[in-house]
Amino acid sequence: MLKAVAAFLRSAGPEHAQPHIAYQLRVAANVLDLVTRELAIAPMENVREAGRLRAILGRDGSLEELNTALAEALDRGTLSILSPEVRDHLWATTLAKLSVDQPTYSGYRAALADRGHANPKDPSYGL
Amino acid sequence: MNTLTSNEVGIAGGLSKLAARIVPGAAVLGLQRLSGGATQETWRFEAVSPEGRTTMILRRAPSGDIEARLLSAARDCGVPVPLVRHVLTSADGLGPGFIMDFIEGETLGGRIVKSEALAAARATLSRRCGEILARVHAIDPAQFPSLRSSTPSELVQHWKDQYRSTQWPRPVFASAFRWLEQACPAPSVRPCLVHGDFRNGNLIVGADGIRAVLDWELAHIGDPLEDIGWLCVNSWRFGRMDKVVGGFGDLADLIAGYHQAGGAPIRVESCKWWEVFGTLRWGVMCATMTRAFRSTDPTVERAAIARRASETEIDLLRLLAG
Repeated sequence: MLKAVAAFLRSAGPEHAQPHIAYQLRVAANVLDLVTRELAIAPMENVREAGRLRAILGRDGSLEELNTALAEALDRGTLSILSPEVRDHLWATTLAKLSVDQPTYSGYRAALADRGHANPKDPSYGL
Repeated sequence: MNTLTSNEVGIAGGLSKLAARIVPGAAVLGLQRLSGGATQETWRFEAVSPEGRTTMILRRAPSGDIEARLLSAARDCGVPVPLVRHVLTSADGLGPGFIMDFIEGETLGGRIVKSEALAAARATLSRRCGEILARVHAIDPAQFPSLRSSTPSELVQHWKDQYRSTQWPRPVFASAFRWLEQACPAPSVRPCLVHGDFRNGNLIVGADGIRAVLDWELAHIGDPLEDIGWLCVNSWRFGRMDKVVGGFGDLADLIAGYHQAGGAPIRVESCKWWEVFGTLRWGVMCATMTRAFRSTDPTVERAAIARRASETEIDLLRLLAG
């Protein structure tokens, strides 16, 4: 259903609307695509993220509580972005976020290429 | 043809009186909204008189008065900007703002970094940005005592407060704030007028190069390197990551142009702190859009832009833990 609405917004928009409305319709279609990716990717990635956070912090909690604890530790300097465990976690979490939020972003594509992903140009990666 | 909204009718009425004063005997045609949010709008129109047609821009914004003065000061210092034709007064009935000339050219960053027609111009843009920024930074900041003045550490604190106000933990942002605090430069010995939003997307570019610098509403007093770091933020490279300056050029060319136009010498190494700061600033701006979406400006665009905070997280990781 989300895909159908996104397709409708793309086909109905440009020729009937003023430029700034046509732009908003394009943005709306992109938002629906993002929600589609989120439904497909986020549930499993959130479980993985929470598992890594528990290992780093040595405690349990909701994803938001664990991220709050990590952010505070990084802010105070009791954990460092340069320690391998934290660094690997932040990269993994951020790559997963980008696969939902902006899978065509240059910085994401470059990071995939650096990691030897076979076809970083393929925008379906991560789905 | 679309019917006019009440807002458009009001603007068309106010403009028709003004246009006749700016261009004697002119009528207003082709009023068209170009962009805008809840507090600011940009409109394009044509003033048509027996002598011909002049395309102009109406900008309505709370900071309209000072923006118009900034444009005039920039023009006096040799910065390419549109000519301000009229600053709105309360008698005009259009709120604060001004009318300026429309300048033809490309403003979309993605086209500026890719267009075949702009290939020759592109090779000159980085150096030209350096020259233009040197002139912006030569504007006497004493002319603008109402503009906010901040040291680097005050800027970091300001954006950290903004980040905290989102009440949403972002460990990458927390790391970046820590890094900025630990490596924070001393306050500039010569605080300058900083454009504040000098980037690919706010430049009008033609085959002959940069025709105008737009969007002066974030101007303030501070360290001139802030403008250079902001111009290098990956979000404004539009996919051309290898071209550090705006997706069109190299930092060495920008620094050479800056120095040649009278700007103080710049060390490449000192630009990184400002690129990290600019990236984090854009990230926090995106993250706080969610709040604006819930309160003052419930457009789809606002809702969508919050997700662009993620792109700054991957850029920050590349810069700090790549």
